[in-house]
Amino acid sequence: MANTAVTFREIPGKGGFYALLAACGAVLLLGAYAYFQMEHHGHVITGMDNQMVWGMPHVIALFLIVAASGALNVASTASVFGKTIYKPLAPLSALLALALMAGGLTVLMLDLGRSDRMIIAATHFNFKSVFALNVFLYTGFFTIVGAYLWTMRERRMNRWTTTAGVAAFIWRLTLTTGTGSVFGFLVAREAYQSALLAPLFIVLSFAYGTALFLLTLAAASALSGRPIGDAVLRRLKNLLATFVAGGLYLVVVFHLTNLYFTRNHGVEQFVLLDGGIITGVFWIGQILIGGVLPLLLLLAPGMTLNRIMTACVAIVIGGLAQMYVTIIGGQAWPLDLFPGYAARSSFFDGEIHNYAPSLVETLLGLGGFAIAAVMVIIALKVLRLLPEKLDNLTLDPHHSK
Amino acid sequence: MSESPQAGRRAFLGATAAASAAGLGFVALAPGVQLIKFAAAKTGAEGASGKVRWGMLIDTTRCATGCKECVSACATENAIEPGSGRPGQSSQWIRKIELKEQKTGREISLPMMCQHCAEPPCVDVCPTGASFKRADGIVLVDRHICIGCRYCMMACPYKARSFVHEPLTQQNPEVPRGKGCVESCTLCVHRVDKGQQPACVEACAKSGHEAMLFGDLNDSNSEISKRIASTATSQVRADLRLDPGVRYQGV
Repeated sequence: MANTAVTFREIPGKGGFYALLAACGAVLLLGAYAYFQMEHHGHVITGMDNQMVWGMPHVIALFLIVAASGALNVASTASVFGKTIYKPLAPLSALLALALMAGGLTVLMLDLGRSDRMIIAATHFNFKSVFALNVFLYTGFFTIVGAYLWTMRERRMNRWTTTAGVAAFIWRLTLTTGTGSVFGFLVAREAYQSALLAPLFIVLSFAYGTALFLLTLAAASALSGRPIGDAVLRRLKNLLATFVAGGLYLVVVFHLTNLYFTRNHGVEQFVLLDGGIITGVFWIGQILIGGVLPLLLLLAPGMTLNRIMTACVAIVIGGLAQMYVTIIGGQAWPLDLFPGYAARSSFFDGEIHNYAPSLVETLLGLGGFAIAAVMVIIALKVLRLLPEKLDNLTLDPHHSK
Repeated sequence: MSESPQAGRRAFLGATAAASAAGLGFVALAPGVQLIKFAAAKTGAEGASGKVRWGMLIDTTRCATGCKECVSACATENAIEPGSGRPGQSSQWIRKIELKEQKTGREISLPMMCQHCAEPPCVDVCPTGASFKRADGIVLVDRHICIGCRYCMMACPYKARSFVHEPLTQQNPEVPRGKGCVESCTLCVHRVDKGQQPACVEACAKSGHEAMLFGDLNDSNSEISKRIASTATSQVRADLRLDPGVRYQGV
């Protein structure tokens, strides 16, 4: 195995390390506080209601879950597609995938009306439900990626790394298909009901996960004083640009498909033209910040770490914007019970629904990011998952300029 | 690779890892163990007869604009009160919708509630099986296993379901409700099982409008079946082919 020559080392605990851990820990505590508030008072203290049934926690949780699948890109490229340059980085990739999934899933579970009934969600199943299938896909993800990580870092198990890597690769594609299908199978909501949502989520996951991986790698590099070689950075940035372009392409196809059906013109006009904040979040957040800006930053001649990091942050913001447009925008558009009629009622029939996220539900969501960050920070501190050196010579001994 | 011997730390890490693995293992395996039960799926229908299909016919030509007798009767029967939060957070099991045809300006008033579909999307998407359909066609939520994920609310084409946003008091013992669960029109199942009519239907008749007719759609001799056989009626969003048990006349 190629990475037998690479030495893995824990990162040293210096001032910066503990400061970052404390900051993430504080966000985690705020998230926990927000959860207990919601658990005690009910969802009445949130911005959600019977029109906007899924809010900020779902936006952030689904972003983290989709990104978790994509964070595995680097490991998959090494194990499945045999790119040796990524092999030393594969353990970090798998660790990040597990951490993001844990963060996203925790938020999703704590936003349930009856989060105290978790055991019911794990023991009562309706197998026609995409949610029930996702329970298996998510728990299976932990098992398979955990085993994959083990085969990478336990020398006796190294010969199984490729097998475990292929299994993890297939599993995470299935998982993101499941996440996209949560929306794709909603027959009555005009903004969804498209089979394109599953492949769209997969391609978006590639970009979100790779961006978060690069941010994590840069942070770990800075905290451990191990500079990253430009060869791997250049490859990863080009890969990321390809993913962002692929995501933009599928978003265009998704909306063009919808525009072809006259019955969808209303909701498309709402999202693309006159949906107020939703339209703004779509064009400025998802397309401009999440797509065009990172493409310019990543593809412009020359390369600096700062520019790559700016692009990664922009992709994360764009990813959250995309989830906001998909989840909130899709619910804001009213159900059309009686086509051809204007409807009004005490239950807001025929009205565009507004959503103003409260502080508690936003903090609960951000707690998911904090869980992922704390897991990665502690794991890198106590486990040997990061190569002792990240320079060109270590990562790619045969690399040529 | 040079590994420095740090036995204490190793033992600690080993113990922590073992404990975490055991915990994670349980969470990961519990669903798998449950697969054994897969073969013996619940019918969820004991007590209700599959020979009956309860349904409703709503004659919109008799439903009066501004009349909310059915809504009030439902609220009284099921102890539904406005919540302390925003109006959008209160439960509404039945509501009056005022319609205006965009081309002609014709106005229609009608009650809208759970349509008790034969192919209910809420039942399809419910992860735990809390949303279920009785053999007699009544679609209900099992309050014991609803985890409050609200996926059914996303899936329902009729906006028939509400989520309980805060703790409740003053409940009707026959109609258990609770914070954090999803609920909707039960077709007054507790009354129907005693041979009575749903509260809304009774109230509509009492007000003299008689716009709501309740009965067995499977019984060709029932009044509702005869009316449906002889008059033009329609199902809301019939294009979705969910076969709702509630039919409308005059839309």
